[in-house]
Amino acid sequence: MATTEPVIANGKDTHDTELAWRLARTWYQPRGVWGWLSNTHHTAVGIRFMVTAFIFLLLGGVLAALMRLQLIKPENSLLGPDLYNQIFTMHGSTMIFLFAVPMMFQGFGVYVVPLMCGARNIAFPRLNLFSYYLYVGGALVLWGGLLTNTGPDVGWFAYVPLSGPQYSPGHRADIWSQMITFTEVSALGVAVCLATTILRYRAPGMTLNRMPILLWEKLTISFMVIFAMPAVMVASGLLLLDRLVGTHFFNPAEGGDVLLYQHLFWFFGHPEVYIIFLPGAAIVSTVVSCFSRRRIFGHTPIVVSVVATGFIGFGVWVHHMFATGLPQLSESFFTAASLMIVIPTGVQFFCWLATIWNGRVQMRLPMLWAFGFFFVFLIGGLSGVMLASVPVDTQVHDTYFIVAHFHYVLIGGALFPMFAGLYFWFPKMTGRMPDGALGKWHFWLFFIGFNLTFFTMHFLGLHGMTRRVYTYLPDMHWQGLNRLASIGVAFMTAGLLVFIANILRSRRLGARAGDNPWGDSGLEWGTSSPPPPYNFLHPPTVNGRDALWDAAPDQAVVVGLRDDIREVLVTHSLDSNPQHKDEDPGPSIWPFLASVAVSATFVGSIFTPWAVPYGAPLVIITLIGWLWPRGHSPAPLPQRTSWSH
Amino acid sequence: MIAALFVIAQAMPLDPGRHNILRPGAPQGSHIEWLYWVIFWIVFAVYVLLILGFTRAGARSRSDAVYPLPVFEDKEGDERAKWAVGTAIAVTVVTLFVVLVLSVVTGKKAAGLTSKNPVTIQVIGHQWWWEVVYPNPQADLTVTTANEIHVPVNTPVVILTNSSDVIHSFWAPGITGKRDLLPGYSSAFWFKLEQPGTYRGQCAEFCGLQHAHMGFSVIAQSLEDFQAWQQQQLKPAAEPSNDETSRGRAVFLTHACQMCHTIRGTDAGSRLGPDLTHLATRNMIAAETLPNSRGALAGWILDPQRIKPGAEMAPNSLSPDDLQALLAYLQTLQ
Amino acid sequence: MESLREPIRPLTLDVSDVPSVAFGPSNTTRLANVFYMTIEGMMFALLFASYFYLRTRVQQWPPGHLAPDLRYGVANAIIFILSVIPARWVQKRAPSGDRAAIRIGLMVLAAFALLATAIRVFEFTTLNCRWSDDAYSSTLWVLIGMHAGHLVTELIETIVLLAVALTDKMEGTRLADAAINSDYWYFVVVTGLLNFIFIYGLPRLL
Repeated sequence: MATTEPVIANGKDTHDTELAWRLARTWYQPRGVWGWLSNTHHTAVGIRFMVTAFIFLLLGGVLAALMRLQLIKPENSLLGPDLYNQIFTMHGSTMIFLFAVPMMFQGFGVYVVPLMCGARNIAFPRLNLFSYYLYVGGALVLWGGLLTNTGPDVGWFAYVPLSGPQYSPGHRADIWSQMITFTEVSALGVAVCLATTILRYRAPGMTLNRMPILLWEKLTISFMVIFAMPAVMVASGLLLLDRLVGTHFFNPAEGGDVLLYQHLFWFFGHPEVYIIFLPGAAIVSTVVSCFSRRRIFGHTPIVVSVVATGFIGFGVWVHHMFATGLPQLSESFFTAASLMIVIPTGVQFFCWLATIWNGRVQMRLPMLWAFGFFFVFLIGGLSGVMLASVPVDTQVHDTYFIVAHFHYVLIGGALFPMFAGLYFWFPKMTGRMPDGALGKWHFWLFFIGFNLTFFTMHFLGLHGMTRRVYTYLPDMHWQGLNRLASIGVAFMTAGLLVFIANILRSRRLGARAGDNPWGDSGLEWGTSSPPPPYNFLHPPTVNGRDALWDAAPDQAVVVGLRDDIREVLVTHSLDSNPQHKDEDPGPSIWPFLASVAVSATFVGSIFTPWAVPYGAPLVIITLIGWLWPRGHSPAPLPQRTSWSH
Repeated sequence: MIAALFVIAQAMPLDPGRHNILRPGAPQGSHIEWLYWVIFWIVFAVYVLLILGFTRAGARSRSDAVYPLPVFEDKEGDERAKWAVGTAIAVTVVTLFVVLVLSVVTGKKAAGLTSKNPVTIQVIGHQWWWEVVYPNPQADLTVTTANEIHVPVNTPVVILTNSSDVIHSFWAPGITGKRDLLPGYSSAFWFKLEQPGTYRGQCAEFCGLQHAHMGFSVIAQSLEDFQAWQQQQLKPAAEPSNDETSRGRAVFLTHACQMCHTIRGTDAGSRLGPDLTHLATRNMIAAETLPNSRGALAGWILDPQRIKPGAEMAPNSLSPDDLQALLAYLQTLQ
Repeated sequence: MESLREPIRPLTLDVSDVPSVAFGPSNTTRLANVFYMTIEGMMFALLFASYFYLRTRVQQWPPGHLAPDLRYGVANAIIFILSVIPARWVQKRAPSGDRAAIRIGLMVLAAFALLATAIRVFEFTTLNCRWSDDAYSSTLWVLIGMHAGHLVTELIETIVLLAVALTDKMEGTRLADAAINSDYWYFVVVTGLLNFIFIYGLPRLL
C-alpha cells in the first residue's frame, strides 16, 4: 500500500506515516519489567505462551531422558521407585498441561488468531494476560513441588484411590490437583478470548463461509475446552476435597465410587487429545495449502470434519476404561464411536493428499515438518484403530504399546506440526527467516530419534512390558529393546539443540523476511513483520476464503476507527458486517496482581482451608481494580460525509 | 528403518512364561492374537498406500524455488480428486465397519462361557502382591495362597476380582486380556488353558511404589495334579521335625513375622501379608521377584526394602543363628 | 508511464458512524458471560451427574439420612423466583440510561442476593448431614456450597455495579454491563432451582 495515500481518521485527512505515528502512540505497550507484567498485546502474550511452553517441553524432555536412562538396563538403581514415580508423573503432567495445550492452543491461538482475523488485538486482552500468569503460577507450583521433593507421584491421571487421602498422604497429589485448577482456568480464559475474537473480531467480509480452516479449528477447540475442561476441574476439585476436608466422593467405604473419577477424568481426557491434535491439523492445513501453491482441496469437508471431531470427541471417553469390565453393550458402543472418529481424520488426510497431488510442492521447512507429520501421525492414528477394538485393547492397554501409540499421536500430532508452525510464523514474529540447512538437520535428527525410541516401544508392549514400571527383571529380556529406545533420545536431544541454535541465530542474523515471505494467503501476512502494536495500519477487509490471494488490487480497508483511543471493530458472528466498536482496555498491572492473589489462594488452600476466606478478599480487590471503569466510554464520531471514491 | 526394527524385535529372545501377547497359550489369547493380526494387516495396508501417495504427490511436481511460486488453480485435477477422495472415504467407512464387526465377534468369542462346572478363584489385589483364594462353602476346605495360581487344564476358570486397597489390574499376556481389580467392585471373568505350563502375569495398573514388582504366575496342571496340589494346600503347616526347625518356628512366632503372616497350624494368623502355610511349594517369592531359594529368602527377610523399596514389609534384624533356623523352618513348609 | 507510478487507491469501508455501545446479543462482554455460564453450567451438570451416579451405588436414598429440611430451601427457592423481577427491570431500563431506575433496581437485586445468602447460611444447618458423613452428604454440601459461591460472587458483582451506578461512570458500556449482570443472575436462579429440585424434591418423590 502506498505510504502517501491520504486517509481519514478522526475526521481529518492525514497521511499513513502520521497515522502510524498516532496509532503507535495510542496503542503503546509498556516495555521492560513493567511491560513483562502489564503488556496486554496478543503478539507479546502469545510469544510468551510459546516460549514458556517450550521451556517446559525441554524440562519435560529432561525427565523423559532420565526415565530412559533408568530403563536402559534391568534392575537399574539410578532412580528409585519414589523418584521415578515423581518423574513419570511430572513428565506426563508437564507435557500435557504445561506444554501441549499452552503451546498448541494458547500459544499459537493467541498469537495467530487476532492477526488472521484482521483485528487490532485479541478480545479481552486483560483476561488473556491473566490466563498467562495463572498458567505460569500453575507451572511454578508443579515444578516447585518436584524441587522440594513433593512432586506428584500418582500418574498424570491420578486415579483414586491411589491418589486419595489414604494411599497418598502428604501434599504431592494436592499439588497435582491444584496445578490442574491453575492450568484449566488459564485454558478456559483463553478459550473465551479466542472464541469471542473469532466470532466478533473478524474483518468485514470474512463471513463464516470464508473463514480460514485454522480459525474454524481454533473455534472448535475453544468450544471443546469450554465443555471438556470443567470435567477435569470437577474431578480434581472433588479429589482435593476428599484429601483436604474429608469428603467421600471416591471412598468406596462411604458410598463413594472409584469409577466416578475415571468417568469425570476421561470425559475431559479424550477431548483433550483433540484439543492437542486439532491445532496441529490446523497448522498442517495452512502449511500444505501454502507450500502446494494452491487453495486447500475440500475446504468444506475439512471444516465439517473438524466440527464433527469436536462432537464425536465427547463420545469416546470410555475407551480408556475398557479393562474395568463394563457391560459388553457399552463396550461395543464406544468401540463404534472410537472407530467413527477415524472418518473425519481420514477425510482431512485425503484432502491434504489431494491438495499436494494437484499442487506445486515447495519443500520449505514448514512443509518438511508437515510431511514428517504425515509419516508419523498416521502410525499413531492407525494403531489407534487397533486400540478401538475391545479385545485387542484389553491385551495392550497399560503396556508400552499404548505408550508408543500416544507418543505417535501426541508428538506426531502436536510436536511435528508445532515445528512446522514455529518455522512458518517465525518470520512474522521476528522479521527474519529461519536457517534452512540447520532446519533440515533438526528435522532428520529428530525424526530418526523419535522413531527409534517410540517405534521400539510397540514391541516392548507386545512383549508384555507394562507402563509406569521403574524397572524390570533381567529374565524378561526387555533390555535390548529398551536400550534401543534410550539411544533414540540422544538423537532427539541433538535435534532440539540444533533447533534452539537455529532460533537464537536466525532471530538476529537471519535473512530479512518482508511482510509475506512464503506467499501465504492469511491476513497475518498482510502487515509488517513483526506486526506493530496496533497490528494493521488500516484493518483489512476480505473477499474470499484465501484472504490475500483473493484480494482485489483495490481491496477496501477499514477507516473511521479512532486513533486517539484503542478502538476495535466488532462485526457480526455470521456475516461479519460491522456492528459496533469496542474499546480495548489497554495495558494494566491488575491482571498480574489478580493472578498472584488467585495463585496464593490456591496454593494456600493446599495447606489450610482458611486460605480461601483469607485469599478471597484479595482476589476480589484485584478484580475490582482490574474492572473498575476509568474514563468514559468513547462518544461516536460526529456524523460526516465519508471520504471514498 | 521401521523394517529393521521389525527384524530386531523378531530376533528378541523369548520372555519366560509366555509373557507375550503374540505367543498366547490359551484359546482366548489366540482369538485376540488372530484379531490383532487381521487389524494389523488392514492398517498396515492403509499406511503403505497413504505413504506411497504422499511420497508420490510430493515428488510429482516438486519445485526447488526459494521464492514463493504463483498460486494456481487446477479445475480438472480437482474434479478427479473429488472422485478419488470420495472413493477413499467410502472405502474407509467400509473398512472400519469390518473392523467393528470382527472386533465385536471376537470379543463375544473370547468372553462367552462355554462349559459348566468351573473352578472359581478369588484374586484380591494388595500393594504389592496377590492374594489367591479358592473359596469353598466349608471354611476348612478353602485354600488360601499368594501370587501363584494353580489351575487345572481344560476346565473353565472363573476369576472373581477384588482389591483391598488401590486399583490393580490382573494381566497374564499369554492367557487373555487384562481386568482391573477395583476397590468397591467385584467382577468376574473367565479363561481356559489347554496346555500345562507356567504363564507369567503382572499388575498392569499403576498402583504405587512397587508396581514394577507385582508379578504372579498361573500354573496349569492336569486335573489330578491340581487336585493333589489342592489337597496338599488344605493341610495345616508341617510340624517342625528337629531342633533347628522348632527354633525357626519360635523365631517366626516371636518376631515381627507373625504380625502380618499366617501359618495355619500355628498361632500366626494375621492376613496383612501372604499366607505362608505352604511357602516352600512356591517357585518364587516377593510377588515373582526372587526365586524361592534359601539365599534369596534370607536376603528378602533381612532387607526387603533393598529389593522392593517401599514394600510393606519392614527389615528384620536377626542373629545369624536365628536367621538360619527360620530359613530352615520356612523351607519345610511343603 | 505516469499512470503506472500512480498507486492503486484502496477502497474504504468507513465505520466512523458505527455505534460504540451495544446492548443485546452483539455485545462482546455478554458473549463472554454466556461462555462463562456455559463453563459453570457444565460444572453443575457434571456434579448433578455425579449425584445421580452415586445414587445408583446404594440401595436407599438418601442413605441413612433424612432428606434436608424444607424450610430454608423453600424460602430460598421463592426468593430466587421473585428476584427475577428486579433483574429483568434493570435489564429493561439499562439501554435508556435511566440512572435512577438502575440504581433502585440494583439495590433491590442486591437486597435479594443478600437475603438469599443469609438464608443459605442457615440452610447448611438443616441439611441433616455433614459433608464428611458419606458420599451423599459430600455431594449435597458441594452442590449447595458451589451455588453459594455463585451467589456471593453475584452479590459482590451487583454491589460493585451499584457503586459504579452511584458515580457518574454509569454510562455507555457500563449500562450494558448492568444488563449483562442480570443474565448472570438468571443463571444463579436456574441453578439454584435445579439444586432445590434435585436435593429437596427428588429424595421425597422417588
